[in-house]
Amino acid sequence: MLLRHTNTEIKPRKALTVNPAKTCQPIGAMYAALGIHNCLPHSHGSQGCCAYHRSTLTRHFREPVMAATSSFTEGSSVFGGQANLIQAIDNIFTTYAPDIIAVHTTCLSETIGDDVNQIANKAKKDGKIPKGKHVIHASTPSYVGSHVTGFSNMTKAMVTYFSECTGKPNGKFNIIPGFVEPSDMSEIKRMVKAMGIKPILFPDTSNVLNGPQTGRYKMFPQGGITEAELVSTGDSEGTIALGPLASADAARALDTKWRVPCQVQDLPIGLSATDRFIDALRIVAGVSVPDEITRERGQLLDVITDMHQYFYHKKVALAGDPDHLIPLVEFLVSIDMLPVHIVTGTPGKAFEKRIKELTDHLPCPVNVKVGGDMFLLHQWIKNDPVDLLIANTYGKYMARDDDIPFARFGFPILDRVGHSYFPTVGYMGGIRILEKILDVMMDRMDRDAPEESFELVM
Amino acid sequence: MRKIAIYGKGGIGKSTTTQNTVAGLVEAGKKIMVVGCDPKADSTRLLLNGLAQRTVLDTLREEGEDVLLDDVRKVGYGGTLCTESGGPEPGVGCAGRGIITSVNLLEQLGAYSEDEQLDYVFYDVLGDVVCGGFAMPIREGKAQEIYIVVSGEMMAMYAANNICKGIVKFAQSGGVRLGGLICNSRNVDNERAMIEVLADKLGTQMIHFVPRDNMVQKAEINRKTVIDFAPEHPQADEYRTLAKKIHENKMFVIPTPIEIEELESLLINYGIAA
Repeated sequence: MLLRHTNTEIKPRKALTVNPAKTCQPIGAMYAALGIHNCLPHSHGSQGCCAYHRSTLTRHFREPVMAATSSFTEGSSVFGGQANLIQAIDNIFTTYAPDIIAVHTTCLSETIGDDVNQIANKAKKDGKIPKGKHVIHASTPSYVGSHVTGFSNMTKAMVTYFSECTGKPNGKFNIIPGFVEPSDMSEIKRMVKAMGIKPILFPDTSNVLNGPQTGRYKMFPQGGITEAELVSTGDSEGTIALGPLASADAARALDTKWRVPCQVQDLPIGLSATDRFIDALRIVAGVSVPDEITRERGQLLDVITDMHQYFYHKKVALAGDPDHLIPLVEFLVSIDMLPVHIVTGTPGKAFEKRIKELTDHLPCPVNVKVGGDMFLLHQWIKNDPVDLLIANTYGKYMARDDDIPFARFGFPILDRVGHSYFPTVGYMGGIRILEKILDVMMDRMDRDAPEESFELVM
Repeated sequence: MRKIAIYGKGGIGKSTTTQNTVAGLVEAGKKIMVVGCDPKADSTRLLLNGLAQRTVLDTLREEGEDVLLDDVRKVGYGGTLCTESGGPEPGVGCAGRGIITSVNLLEQLGAYSEDEQLDYVFYDVLGDVVCGGFAMPIREGKAQEIYIVVSGEMMAMYAANNICKGIVKFAQSGGVRLGGLICNSRNVDNERAMIEVLADKLGTQMIHFVPRDNMVQKAEINRKTVIDFAPEHPQADEYRTLAKKIHENKMFVIPTPIEIEELESLLINYGIAA
């Protein structure tokens, strides 16, 4: 009973978060930067920030995540981090030879007001950036937003630094996949290609953070969006941004900079959201949906109908990121489950409104909170128990204490594998979500079934 | 050992007043350390006869954490011990953090320890208390007495009132108290009366009225305090008096800052508008 002190009495809290349902900006920026080919993320701050972000990403993906740091000392916090960053840029290009260094800031460097843009310009003037190499940057103070904000800021930086318009259309479509797994990124690419569209998908962490074991270590794995492709985004026919919080800013920046028309969609999680995504692709490409995709949709529909009796009116509690939770809640509602407690730590008022719209016809009250935490979610669960908990790894404490079937979803997942290899987006991803949900719920039924009703066939 | 912090609006003459007062106390046989808490590092120039000081933060930057007290402390006029925090060049880094770092370092190095046998430590703090770093000298266990240098000019009085608001915060939870206002005259009409009323409203006293005299500037150009440069001059006596008054001061209060409207009406009733 690790959380035995969680009580049922919910008191208003203003300045206290207990077990947050988010993490900090640089972790998202670092993840996004890893989706650029031959790019080394760089944390402009003290070593501890970088160590934390690297270790969480490493634990989540089980791949060695490389990143550099400005290693601030007491002196750098007083005099500013310029000397450290210029030295770092010099060292990194000399020693590790990436094509791009993606610098993100930290609370410390933001608060003392370091101007990374100016420092990068100075490094360039001093000849520390070899010809054809680049330093890009994003401002990522952790006291603003969440890891999703950091991902968004770094993705936007890719546009502001690289995108060019030659006036000659490249016949491609920009797809911004949002803060999803490498497996999801390749699945989105596969679907887009199946629709006959040539994608420029950025950032793209597939084959970077889910690469094969080859017996040989490569500091910069094969995957990642190339610089040439990022430059070319200004010549694309349009942009589809998946997930408003993680991707919309970059898409809009492309629209503002080069008039590349953009549309912002929900992440294609579950049946309806994937339908909307496929429909958007169908319209922009002017094609019919190929049989391959239609068959997958039918398979998902088949699983839903086959197993509907197990979903019907089961209560679910969820914690996660808004871009994930909105289509996921929509999906759960569409299969007649009852998502009754929903928290996210990532700020953004639109979330509560969307969730209320999606759940307003449910035959039970629904709790939703932006800026909520796991403690509040746990209190809600204690007051109104659920049949299923969907959250990142941190949800396991609640699941254990209150004996709730628990499906891991979101970031970070530190205690199970699979998420970086098997997608949860698209129709096939929908089947995988259902599989995971059913597994934990039906295991529970088996566990608790009296011998006379312990069923072989379910 | 009495620890004293001097605050006041930028350019009001904090450093000049502090050093001249210190000179007065030195003459009376006191052993004193002056800690300049201003990135410009000019708080001990008159005591050291020039800007010969390597700042604490410069030393820390150049030599790393392995700093000795003698690296950052120089002996000036009459045996005063002088240190300068220093700080980043304008526009970069964090000057506030610099003050925290250097005051901590001085403590670690034992600059305040018993065997230094100090009678006084003076902190000379940069103009406006813009962030937590500039309040470092009045945190718990640091300076216990504050004097605010002020003149009859509106913005100087406004700043003094603002500083009082900061003191209240620290005074309520700790031991820091306001010792009084030092009026460094700018020859504003009715200045003395006005500052006396201001002091009264703030719940404190005007501890001394330092008249304006060109001798201060003259001494300053010669990198000296007035007491050092022209010991016979009447202005030197003013600083001796101020030093004596501070030494004998018994009035330490938690100030009662006033509203801006009240401050304005004060100026209308006593000041240039009267």
